Amino acid sequence: MSTTLVPLVVVLPLLAAAGLAAVAQLAPARFDDLVAIAVSAAVTVLCVLLVFRAANRTIEYWFGGWKPRNGIAIGISFSVDPLSAAVAALVAVLATAALIVSWDYFDGGVPQYFCALILAFEGAMVGFALSSDLFNMFVFFELMSVAAFALTAYRIEQPSALQGAINFAVVNSIGAFMLLTGIALLYGRTGALNLAQIGQVLARGKADGLVVVAFALVTVGFLSKAGAVPFHFWLSDAYAVAPTPVCIVFAGVMSDLGLHGVARVYWEGFSGVLGGHAEAIRGVLIGLGLLAALLGSVMAFVQSSLKRMLAFVVISHIGVFLAAVGLLTARSYAAATLYVVADGLVKGAIFCGVAGLARATGHTDELRGYGSGRNLPRTAVVVGIGALGLAALPPFGTFLAQSLLAKSAEAVGYGWLPAVLAGATALSAAAVLRASARLFLGLGPRRDPLLEAAPPGEEAEVKPTPRAGVLLWGPGLALLAAGLGLAFIPGLASSAIEHATRFVDRPVLARETLHSVSPAQLRAQRFHVTGESYTYGTATVLAALGFAWLGLYRRRLPAAVRRATARRVDPAIERLKLLHDGVVGDYVTWLVFGTAGVGALFALVLR
Amino acid sequence: MTFLPYALAAWIFIVGLYGVVTSRHFVHLVICLGIAQSSTYVLLLAIGYRTGKKAPIFTSGVPARVGAVDPVVQALTLTDIVVGVTVAALLLALAIDIWKRAGTVDPDQIRKDRR
Repeated sequence: MSTTLVPLVVVLPLLAAAGLAAVAQLAPARFDDLVAIAVSAAVTVLCVLLVFRAANRTIEYWFGGWKPRNGIAIGISFSVDPLSAAVAALVAVLATAALIVSWDYFDGGVPQYFCALILAFEGAMVGFALSSDLFNMFVFFELMSVAAFALTAYRIEQPSALQGAINFAVVNSIGAFMLLTGIALLYGRTGALNLAQIGQVLARGKADGLVVVAFALVTVGFLSKAGAVPFHFWLSDAYAVAPTPVCIVFAGVMSDLGLHGVARVYWEGFSGVLGGHAEAIRGVLIGLGLLAALLGSVMAFVQSSLKRMLAFVVISHIGVFLAAVGLLTARSYAAATLYVVADGLVKGAIFCGVAGLARATGHTDELRGYGSGRNLPRTAVVVGIGALGLAALPPFGTFLAQSLLAKSAEAVGYGWLPAVLAGATALSAAAVLRASARLFLGLGPRRDPLLEAAPPGEEAEVKPTPRAGVLLWGPGLALLAAGLGLAFIPGLASSAIEHATRFVDRPVLARETLHSVSPAQLRAQRFHVTGESYTYGTATVLAALGFAWLGLYRRRLPAAVRRATARRVDPAIERLKLLHDGVVGDYVTWLVFGTAGVGALFALVLR
Repeated sequence: MTFLPYALAAWIFIVGLYGVVTSRHFVHLVICLGIAQSSTYVLLLAIGYRTGKKAPIFTSGVPARVGAVDPVVQALTLTDIVVGVTVAALLLALAIDIWKRAGTVDPDQIRKDRR
């Protein structure tokens, strides 16, 4: 029974997308919205069911019944463990929210093919989350990318939207070529595309040059999708110009899927052969994560366009998750997944709020829209509390994940890491808090030379209309409640750790996949939030409020302090801003140097 | 076992990337992207190639003692080509629209207009 559910979560949205595209000319108004929302909601229910069905053993679904024989997998499989299914459920929830928000969002109704594209995007992302075949992952990766390129360029009358989509498409395509080159090398070495089988064959050999190069290429391919630094340049351009309902899905889960790919490929494929070098790989991945967390939060703090700011918040949080994945322990993997889900729901909620603001006032720039949201209390609540959620407000969902991350970092001797990451999340959350104080409360000065205004043409997405229907703020409130409320599911963190412990046990999992050996029993794990974690969480929230205050009222500081910091900080920030110049050639140059750098680092540390 | 196809794949990839980085025209850029992608075709086919083996078309009967080259990489290459065509078509459509709206297809020029 549970195995027949598995293909449905991908087949349903893809078939519905094809059907909607076919009848787009004939169907009555609102028909495709209704169908799309129903299908997406059904996929959500199925994915949540899968989370529970997979609790006892990983569900292996072999397409066409091509099961492995003698440990050799010729068929293509989905392997569904509760953590992957949770990520798939996040995809489906956010896609449903995006479809509901878009109902009331666009001028003159939902544009043609929009629902079909969202469904195709959703199907591809769910498929990517569940796939355990490397080439299948590549195909779903490309399918979701193509749908995302088209959705980014939806406001085709805007040159900036077209340019954002081109930058996105070019950088991601080159990332995909790197991924495919890595896959080809792995296939050449192991003769397999199934991750479990690749892992088994690699584990018998040693970590030579080819293995290291393949690992570096696959990692870079996924990281370019995730938007880790220095592969992140496309991300702010694309998020700033994509229609806001699409951003709900982009910000909430698309980038995080890149990290899901990294974790899956490391644990299922490389953890055997590279296991002896875990310490070195940990260092590299955490370094990359820190870079993204810090750069993203600083850049978020100097934006005035809310969508661009949130794009940098996404980069900053990707850095946090990458560091969590990079700790390379079962607990940190559980923390990363919990964080991705809770934070994804919160980020999705904030973008619902942004959609409501754009609909009501016509723009979302914190300086241009100063005080314009005063009579939108519900939208203000969604964005404001969402921003606190970004700062891991105790005792809610993101806080639970942050505490688990802190504990798992201490366990491998990275006790300082959580403090740095908390600083980065505080700074990026402060940017959103400051913007909502300006937009919804009319606090602080109307001008700020530090902030970078959006390039012309990025604002004014829709014409302002006074209505702010329940369809705009309702999904936001629901996502926020879900994201924050996750913490109150009893035993959530403990069971996430249990499933993560099983997930990282590669040899046992591979035998289960390839030889249908019955699974090992789950060993009970415990996790309790301690008083220390509460101190941490409270400090993060206070720091976020403090940074936000600084953003609004720096002028009240003594003049000498202000001048001294300005002299140090301003030139550096100007230089950072100049890097993000929107020219695709420069972005690709960074991608190439980043790849070379990551490759060289791996080559150095894995000798 | 010769290294020539692998060197060729690396060379094509680098040349394609160079074109993308220095491009002053979106159509040129899309072509260069295609060139970079074709390096993956060469690499895949080189990995599956076996000297002296036949094409893997089994209906016409490949003698068992001769054998065939690896059909899996050929299927991967085919899938890859389909993906590449999709992306290229989308990008070219975007380039046409940029030309219509902004009157230029030079990425640098568009940046100057943005500032």
